[in-house]
Amino acid sequence: MLFSSLKVLRSHGRQFIPRLDEARLPDTFRGRPTVAAEPSDDVAEELCRICPSGAVSKAPFTIDLGRCVFCNECAMRYPDLVRFTSDFRLATNDLSRLRVTAQSGDRIALDEDRVRSEIRRTFGHALRLRQVCAGGDGSTEMELNATMNVNFDFGRYGIEFVASPRHADGIVVSGPITANMAVALELCYRAVATPRIVILAGTDAVSGGLFAGSEALDRGFLDRVGVDLYIPGNPVHPLTFIDGVLSLTGRLKK
Amino acid sequence: MNDVTTTKSVSGWLSSDNREGSVPCSDIPLLSYAEWFADMRDWLRNESCRCASCFGVPQGDGLRIYSLMADDAAGRVFIASCRIASLPDTVLPSLTALYPAMHAFERDLAERFGVRYGDHPWLKPLRFPADRLDGRSTASNYPFYEVRGESLHEVNVGPIHAGIIEPGVFRFICNGEEIRHLEIVLGFQHRDVERLVCSTSNVLRQTVLAESMAGDSTVAHATAYARLVEKFASDASREELASTSLPVERAVALEMERIAVHLADTGAICTDIGYQLGQVACEALRTVVINSMQLWCGNRFSKGLIRPFGSHYPLSGALREMILKNLSDVERRYGEVARCLSNEPSVLGRLEDCGVVPAARASRIGAVGLAARASGLVRDVRSSHGWDLYGRSVVHEPVVEQTGDVMARLKVRIGEVFQSIGYVRTWLEASVPEAPQKRPPRYDVPLSPDRFAFSLVEGWRGEVCHAALTDAEGRLAVYRAVDPSLHNWLALALAVRRIGISDFPINNKSFSLSYCGHDM
Repeated sequence: MLFSSLKVLRSHGRQFIPRLDEARLPDTFRGRPTVAAEPSDDVAEELCRICPSGAVSKAPFTIDLGRCVFCNECAMRYPDLVRFTSDFRLATNDLSRLRVTAQSGDRIALDEDRVRSEIRRTFGHALRLRQVCAGGDGSTEMELNATMNVNFDFGRYGIEFVASPRHADGIVVSGPITANMAVALELCYRAVATPRIVILAGTDAVSGGLFAGSEALDRGFLDRVGVDLYIPGNPVHPLTFIDGVLSLTGRLKK
Repeated sequence: MNDVTTTKSVSGWLSSDNREGSVPCSDIPLLSYAEWFADMRDWLRNESCRCASCFGVPQGDGLRIYSLMADDAAGRVFIASCRIASLPDTVLPSLTALYPAMHAFERDLAERFGVRYGDHPWLKPLRFPADRLDGRSTASNYPFYEVRGESLHEVNVGPIHAGIIEPGVFRFICNGEEIRHLEIVLGFQHRDVERLVCSTSNVLRQTVLAESMAGDSTVAHATAYARLVEKFASDASREELASTSLPVERAVALEMERIAVHLADTGAICTDIGYQLGQVACEALRTVVINSMQLWCGNRFSKGLIRPFGSHYPLSGALREMILKNLSDVERRYGEVARCLSNEPSVLGRLEDCGVVPAARASRIGAVGLAARASGLVRDVRSSHGWDLYGRSVVHEPVVEQTGDVMARLKVRIGEVFQSIGYVRTWLEASVPEAPQKRPPRYDVPLSPDRFAFSLVEGWRGEVCHAALTDAEGRLAVYRAVDPSLHNWLALALAVRRIGISDFPINNKSFSLSYCGHDM
């Protein structure tokens, strides 16, 4: 018995990523897109029409990552115009920074002036989060679980998910916020002691995504609370989440 | 044993199978409710027949109900419909009273359209859909079953659970530590996906919606959608697709999804019994599989991979080598973990004889997929209702266990991981060209008007059934997707009767059902 367990351990080896802030994803991963130039009206219109989640708009040609489901169709049709890079750093506290145009810079970051000072003062060394799924399809939820697994080991930063909002410093919402979860979400948020933070994880949480406009949603919660971090993704990659939370809490070296 | 089947197929129900194309709506027989009810009773009496889908479509003041009966022995699906002329004035006999497997379908018909059943044993809300008839019915006023007694107490869990999972309410009635009754309330995840699919003519949008029906079964639902849409196109175009490498790519992706989730669930069961070695080993193994998918199609959950009539990510020789190498590694390492799991007394002590669903009960409530196979039922669409490679290049032998407990559900997973690795190896070694074959998806293929089609896919959890009707303009007028979770949640509720409430989590993990897949 002991011998078989040792065998598992030997094969398992060391799985953790040594430096999360230096991790890279393969070229195939679809992260921050780039727009090479302003396309013709016809092309822009075609891409507006095919986009499955209304993330593309024209004049100027824009891909709104708050709405984008990273299906890659625009880049497949016009590879010289749009390219999804493997840059997974997509989190920000300013929705306008998620709107990618030909003029956009080469990274998405937080607006440092918008970060509430109490966040870094209170949560700069440790942070406990309560996750609330409100219509998420399970994939972002599995990726949030993965942040704590043997590979990513987010716990090394003193950042963890906890079972009760009473033990938490903030909530992470996934899913487009269904009407049937609206009450529970609100109760959970109110159960967290102040100061508390709100993070929206995944494109459907940020804007409703694919489900924007569905009669089954009730996003009124977001009219009543401020959001500290928007993290696009379909689903959010664990590294995207880790990078976003570390940036928000001031843990990343500039 | 199948006299009923044979006579019925001759006497009126439309007979089709998982490979055939769409059929004209007008070919679907229209019966009276009494005739349909009698036929349904005959089907359900037959052990090898299951209701794969049953849904209502409003027609004037009335309602038309369509049902798809899957006959596993014959490998056929039989379809018929009935009309209820005036809903409010009609009280109907219920099938659930005789066959509990119909409970979710009849609850849906009552909740959405107000179908009234005189003898339904437990007509309660199913998922509080946006288009429900009674907007006042919400999760807050759900009619919980109540038992009173001095020795009993209730435990409510949810809708938000302790871990990072989807929401749902579990209400236990316990005698001390022992669960006497579990009621599961779902609907919190309802996004109205099926109506969103019909509200757009953007085929790409429909595909991405299908991918999101249950995020852990992206390939299963997207494949069911893609095959369905392809069935509305010409037979020639489907035959042309069958001769390409697309069926191989879809089958490889489906089995990779199965391997990944089975590994994750093996780890999750280990977590819940405090067996950390199994947990961390499986977490790392799952990472290997989903990162292989990321190298193939850019997404760890295969989003973006399955598209109608083609793919943006054809398999190449290099990808084939990468997948084969990673799967060999997983096969060896998971084998070591599985040996530990099967021999460690402290593991067996928690998993054996826990949460038993006997075969007869699983059959009666209409369990499908992994949960059914763990209870001794040979239910697997890959063997009974083959499509693409299934039933052709591979003759699938379902992995079946007899004991119906948590251990059986784990053993089915273990068996299927190795089986799926074998399938992927066979397909990749036989049929992947060195240079990828470009065949981009098509989103502009017109759908034939006024037709009906369905598709069945065996996802890792069980049978995924998509069905649709097109209107006179060739748009999707009705789209209904059944995730295996719809059938199997009741199995979990029954499995935990008489076990200690502390064993609930391992039972829940052993079924690993989808909330959003149920709620749509």
